[in-house]
Amino acid sequence: MTADSTPALAKSADARPGSGPAAAAGPEPGARPGTRGPRARNLRAYLQYAAAKIVGAAVSLFAVLVTSFFLFRLIPSDPVKQMTGGRRVSTQQLAALRHQYGLDQPMWKQFTSYIGDALSGDFGISYQYHTPVIDKITGALPATLLLTGTAYVLYSALGIWLGTRSGWRSGSRSDRFHTAFALTLYSVPSFWLGLLLIIVFAVGIGPIPGMFPTGGLEQGGLHGFSYVVDVAHHMVLPVVTLVAVGYAQTLLVMRSSLLDEMGSDYLTTARAKGLRDDLVRRRHAVPNALLPTFTLMFVNLGHVVAGQILVETVFSWPGLGGLFYQALSVPDLPLVQGLFFVFATAVILANTLADILYPLLDPRVGR
Amino acid sequence: MNETRQQDQPDGKRHSPHRGARVLLAAGAAALALTAALATPLNPAPQQASAQDDGGKKVLTVAVSQSVDSLSPFLAQRLLTTSIHRMMYEFLTNYDPKDNHVIPGFATKWQASPDKLTWTYTIRSNSKWSDGVKATAKDAAFTFNKIMTDSAAATANGSFVTNFEKVTAPSDTKLVIKLKKPQATMTALDIPIVPEHIWKNVKDFSKFNNDKRFPVVGNGPFILTDYKTDQYVKLERNKDFWRKTGTPQFDEIVFKTYKDQDAAVAALRKGEVSFVAGSPALTPAQAASLKGVKNIKLNEGPGRRFYAIATNPGARTKDGTKFGDGNKALLDKRVRHALFEAVDTKTIVDKVFQGHAVQGEGYIPPRFSQYFWKPSASQKLSYDPQAAARLLDQAGYPLKNGKRVGKDGKPLNFRMLCHTTDPNDKAVGKYLKEWWGKLGIGLKLDCVNDVSVPWYRGQYDLAFDGWSVNPDPDFVLGIHTCAALPDKTGGESAATDNFICDKKYDDLYAKQLAEYDPAKRAGLVKQMESWLYDSGYMNIMAYPNAVEAYRTDQIKSIETMPTAAGNIYGQDGYWSWWSAVPASGSQGSGSGSSSGSSTGIVVGIVVAALVVIGGGAFVGVRRRRTADDRE
Repeated sequence: MTADSTPALAKSADARPGSGPAAAAGPEPGARPGTRGPRARNLRAYLQYAAAKIVGAAVSLFAVLVTSFFLFRLIPSDPVKQMTGGRRVSTQQLAALRHQYGLDQPMWKQFTSYIGDALSGDFGISYQYHTPVIDKITGALPATLLLTGTAYVLYSALGIWLGTRSGWRSGSRSDRFHTAFALTLYSVPSFWLGLLLIIVFAVGIGPIPGMFPTGGLEQGGLHGFSYVVDVAHHMVLPVVTLVAVGYAQTLLVMRSSLLDEMGSDYLTTARAKGLRDDLVRRRHAVPNALLPTFTLMFVNLGHVVAGQILVETVFSWPGLGGLFYQALSVPDLPLVQGLFFVFATAVILANTLADILYPLLDPRVGR
Repeated sequence: MNETRQQDQPDGKRHSPHRGARVLLAAGAAALALTAALATPLNPAPQQASAQDDGGKKVLTVAVSQSVDSLSPFLAQRLLTTSIHRMMYEFLTNYDPKDNHVIPGFATKWQASPDKLTWTYTIRSNSKWSDGVKATAKDAAFTFNKIMTDSAAATANGSFVTNFEKVTAPSDTKLVIKLKKPQATMTALDIPIVPEHIWKNVKDFSKFNNDKRFPVVGNGPFILTDYKTDQYVKLERNKDFWRKTGTPQFDEIVFKTYKDQDAAVAALRKGEVSFVAGSPALTPAQAASLKGVKNIKLNEGPGRRFYAIATNPGARTKDGTKFGDGNKALLDKRVRHALFEAVDTKTIVDKVFQGHAVQGEGYIPPRFSQYFWKPSASQKLSYDPQAAARLLDQAGYPLKNGKRVGKDGKPLNFRMLCHTTDPNDKAVGKYLKEWWGKLGIGLKLDCVNDVSVPWYRGQYDLAFDGWSVNPDPDFVLGIHTCAALPDKTGGESAATDNFICDKKYDDLYAKQLAEYDPAKRAGLVKQMESWLYDSGYMNIMAYPNAVEAYRTDQIKSIETMPTAAGNIYGQDGYWSWWSAVPASGSQGSGSGSSSGSSTGIVVGIVVAALVVIGGGAFVGVRRRRTADDRE
């Protein structure tokens, strides 16, 4: 039996990440490798598909921009009063503040100037920090990316690895253990787990010494390598918290999609060829089962930017999640709007990226 | 087996079986490197800190919950930042830690002219800015004039200068302030004085946050040397400060942000911080958990805040236009008194505050002994449900089928504004429902995030209210004058607290403001408190205590304000940080964090080693397996 006469094998090969749209032409009936026509046609189709997705994303982004303006004006609040923080302020001063922040303008005027400014990247001045919103966001973004990005990479990898093992040996003791353990952690509130980790591993309890800092990103005053190590040291507990509550999702999706593939003919064929079990799993089952997991990973990728409000709060991490909480509690409208837009943009971009990359992973998409 | 490999790769190219894993690892490493790189340049570490030798430095670390709103004294309004400005800059006057009376600060003497309109301050000649330039009266004149002429610079402290006609500095040691009307608060101008030679270059005061160049030039007892958003503020002792008695023994004070107060308490237990203030105080549960813990001392002192029930007197504008929908029944003083007579403030203190508060009486908390007033026995509205019921009967609200019913036949029901963010409001609200329910009065709690919206529209009957009181009570008195009412209807924010407007009260307010004799002024203030009490518009239920904790193995002693029993964090002055004495053999929390950093390095290296070894083992195993496959 040759590879050409084994459609299931061809499928598994095509699904390999990085095989590209050109490779996707492979199994198409009548396609001859090396002929220009179908390749060009496929490329054109793909570009059209990608363009449609990008236009769709742009429309969504504009809708988000409009929504962000009106959504937060539904919360009854008096920004000027909040700005003055309960201090004594004269009527003239209140009027001056209203004028300074454009709050004395009619709503439509505020809206048009907001859209105009936002399109040029200006989200206004934060009410409470007296700083351009964009500076506050870019200031807190690296901390969030560092924390949630690291956790994202770790919980995705852990979820895929354990999900694969669980799915491949479904029903086994280790499967039951891992699934139950992951689900238990998944249902634990992250702030509670975080506090628990602080008490056990930061403060120390019984024979366990306090090994990690109780909060923050750094102790300050360090440079170079010791700064990097210090930040890594501060990251351990929040990352562990995020990974612990986060990996179950990937694990379950990976496990169930692997289970879906388990009965497939191409796996029987692979086994019939005499491939070791490990190899069957790694080269044939997993690449196909990865597709739904990739979808989930892209969805999660969008949320990396939004940070984790609760975990960032418990560990006093100076990221966007904490900033959003502070902005909402005032409410600091320009900051809330800016953050909402950035969060929504991240999700839209991640989804668009998923849409664009998906045909490269799965040739059935985008045809 | 060779054939199998051929079949796996129809294109004939050999792809490594674990290429995916390697790509993933590489991507992860790249992502980490990228984010780590991002974290560094956008948050450049200030240079000053690196120059400091960490060895042997005595550091006092304070866990704070607030984030810095601005380090500019013209913009900062939060307790954290105004407290920090007390440490960085001099004010004309200061308050004595023992009993809050006014003492010299940047000014050594002051005198009012006989017509009460000109104040002359003698500025000390032994104060200099941390960059070596002499601090003079001209700096003070610049600061006041800036606030008077630039609305952006007036954001935080504008209210202090509204009555100023002219401020001049005829010499380096003489500051003259001319007033439009007499003003008794001239020794309580809580405005940080900034150096003119630095601040004259600031173009836009509305956006300048004073947080880019360190150390920040100041002349206070401490110098701000480092700040990182939502992480920490560091201040070092100013060795050139003019006050030479009892100079600070800690070299550095660090305010470290803990957004979660339970985490802050954990940090105190560990010794990572020396002091926790709570937000605004430790909760009863947190206080209970720290009681009796070795090396931790709980400090509980009378607070500066009152906690009250405000009753809507009928919202109106300055010109008397009425608006809002406050319940008309509350316009009858007997109803207001009946409501408060049915409130058991002892239960509120015992059950809601769990003992961490004092039962309310007069408007100004007892901590400010000079102005504290309490009702006479005949005046006092004690907890007496029967008396309350009689008052309601007299007011024309007889009890029918368990409900108080007015002349129009409608039952007596009230709405009460409460803050969703304050658990005390909800807990007290439950008691009020019960107590007033027994009287036959219905209560509905309207808990909202921002009470100021319905409040300024006058859409409330009752509300939970509370203010922090300053050593000079002018502010908390002024918010009940007619002048504080809004100009327009429609809910725009105004200076008023509760729409109170009464001629007698206003007259007293004007008199006390023009009275420069402290004792006479205090007498007038007490008359105002008496009027407020009788009015039933502001019913003080409790004065919550300041509950805070520190480590005795890091701080040997620290001064509270007032000294006998008071608070440590958020004083009117810098006394706590000025007076703190490190415990013998300890180097404060700095030693903790430096040992923490060496542990950190060890742990970090171990973790890194584990990753490298684990990664290597992983790749090795995969290679071996593949090699097995090839065979």
